[in-house]
Amino acid sequence: MATVRTPAGASDTGPGQPAGPAGPAAAGLPLGGGGGGVTGARSMRRMGRAITANRKATVGVVLLALFIFVGLFPGLIAHDNPQAEIYPRSLGPSAQHWLGTTSFGQDMFAQVVWGTRPVLLIAFGVGILATVVAMLIGVAAAYLGGAWDGTLNVITDVLLVIPLFPLLIIIGSYLHGAGTAVMIAVIAATGWSYTARQLRSQALSLRTRDFLNAAKVRGERPLYIICVEIIPTMTSLLVAAFLTNALYAVLFSSSLQFIGLGNPNVTSWGTMLYWAENNEAFQTGLPLWIIVPGLCIVALGAAFALLNYAFDEIGNPALRPVKRMAITKAGAVPIPEKRRRLRVKRTG
Amino acid sequence: MRFVLRRTGFFLLTLWVALTLNFVLPRMMPGNPALAIIGKFKSGISPQAVKVLEEQFGIATHQNIVAQYFAYLGNTATLKFGVSLTTQPGASVGRIVLDAVPWTLGLVGVTTVLAFILGTGIGILAAWRRGGHLDSLMPPVFVIMTVIPYFWIGLVLILIFGVKLRLLPYFFSYSYSMTPGFNAAFIGNVAEHAILPAFTLLITTIGIWILTMRNTMITTLAEDYVRMARAKGLPAHRIMLDYAARNAILPNLTGFAMSLGFVVGGAILIEEVFNYQGVGYLLLQAVNNDDYPLMQALFLLITVAVLLAILLSDLATAILDPRTRGAG
Repeated sequence: MATVRTPAGASDTGPGQPAGPAGPAAAGLPLGGGGGGVTGARSMRRMGRAITANRKATVGVVLLALFIFVGLFPGLIAHDNPQAEIYPRSLGPSAQHWLGTTSFGQDMFAQVVWGTRPVLLIAFGVGILATVVAMLIGVAAAYLGGAWDGTLNVITDVLLVIPLFPLLIIIGSYLHGAGTAVMIAVIAATGWSYTARQLRSQALSLRTRDFLNAAKVRGERPLYIICVEIIPTMTSLLVAAFLTNALYAVLFSSSLQFIGLGNPNVTSWGTMLYWAENNEAFQTGLPLWIIVPGLCIVALGAAFALLNYAFDEIGNPALRPVKRMAITKAGAVPIPEKRRRLRVKRTG
Repeated sequence: MRFVLRRTGFFLLTLWVALTLNFVLPRMMPGNPALAIIGKFKSGISPQAVKVLEEQFGIATHQNIVAQYFAYLGNTATLKFGVSLTTQPGASVGRIVLDAVPWTLGLVGVTTVLAFILGTGIGILAAWRRGGHLDSLMPPVFVIMTVIPYFWIGLVLILIFGVKLRLLPYFFSYSYSMTPGFNAAFIGNVAEHAILPAFTLLITTIGIWILTMRNTMITTLAEDYVRMARAKGLPAHRIMLDYAARNAILPNLTGFAMSLGFVVGGAILIEEVFNYQGVGYLLLQAVNNDDYPLMQALFLLITVAVLLAILLSDLATAILDPRTRGAG
């Protein structure tokens, strides 16, 4: 069961399922698992340099930082109460109302700005929670082995094949209007399995390494070995897992809110779309009500996805984009920068 | 043989988990959801339905939970899903579901086949002309496609082609003025209504086919037998299709088998956006109306379809590729 969630799974069960084999680090590649010899400050500096050098990473970081700023200080940017129905209804964009007003008379720009916070909370909440669960289960399965591994694996596999989005819909309907905290708990509880698999295979590859044997010989307890010896070597994979989970949280929660399964009184991008759709925003001449929150979801999702791809490329040079190739007798070689324009068409 | 047994065992286990989830979830939730709905619809639904509902959700406390559980399993095994509460009050859940299934199969099924064929073809070409325009355009497009909520693409297409250009219908699966029947006018009308949802589905699903095909094809192109074919001076299209693509298509084929299972669960949100009366639309209607029996039956249907498809694609892989039999 290597690639459970393949092609149509990517589209059909949910708004944005793990893209099967194509997803970053899908093969659980050991990304820079150098054995934990790098100290914190140095690895931070190295990471900083890597981020500025990689264009995807730069764009991702800038986008994410922008959203975090808006999410932290929405009051600095939009002065209106996003829920207050105090303006004329269905106004077009103007200097007072940059995006116009909703058909309830709320300022749309204020809604978009204030709507950032719940989405970020869900993204980071699910990202952290699901990654921690995935880490504990994946590493425990790999390290303990035997019956433990078998049991934890079956649990992971079962959760991996049950269609997540319908399951979330069912849970959401019993809950009647899930607030931010409930949303985080539900998505994290159902969504950790994909990353648990990746983390398990990484931990498996570490199991026979000498430094673990040394720890065992020293007589360390399993919990110590897992927390102090194994987990620090997986930092880059954990970051990737966090980014993957955060991205799915954004897409899942927005979709659930869009169909009215969130708390409709919380201002967020998903609930904006819900109210817009219910009030026929397109037909009543308020297309921005749907377009802008959607674009925000795409931009935030893109920030997580770009960072994820960038982390993969930084850790695994084989994944970096191919340079244009020229066919020579020796095989395909990258074309030097200047000659690109004159490139030889591949025969065939 | 052991492989087959193990996969079948896993299928049964997962099925049992899904069944149990259906049973346990409403009982786990704060405040019994069934009580709430009975309170809400007391006057609206028949005493019979109330009784059925009470049994289904364990309000009839005469039974302990174990007995309830086995009664539930028995009902499901004999396909007794009860009656709809609110969506079509009193109608049998099985009947309602069966009415919705063909619409989803038609829309999502045809689109899935189309996406598979087109995507595989484009993937072959992209790998063949590695580094060409198609190949270099794809990764960034793919990154963007994975972060767009699919329902939102549907909404934007509605805005462009439905509301602004008024080119295509975007509501329901045929015009209300039409009488369903097997004639050219009606079929044409249905086809016209399917264009926008099908196109939404197509552009959201095609990327993964392109990418898997391209990636396997690139590996295959480096094989010795492809070089051999080149050395023999075979025409390019034969090398591309008969030598490389034919050997690279396995992952896409098994993926295709699996994706057929996702046809039923369909494109829930796309059906919702286009008010297309398939399984996904029905599920959301049931959810909005608190129609729990209908909701549970639909969740089971969607899950069983997916699980069956995964089982079949596992078995197909084992038959087509002997190397996988040992793993598992």
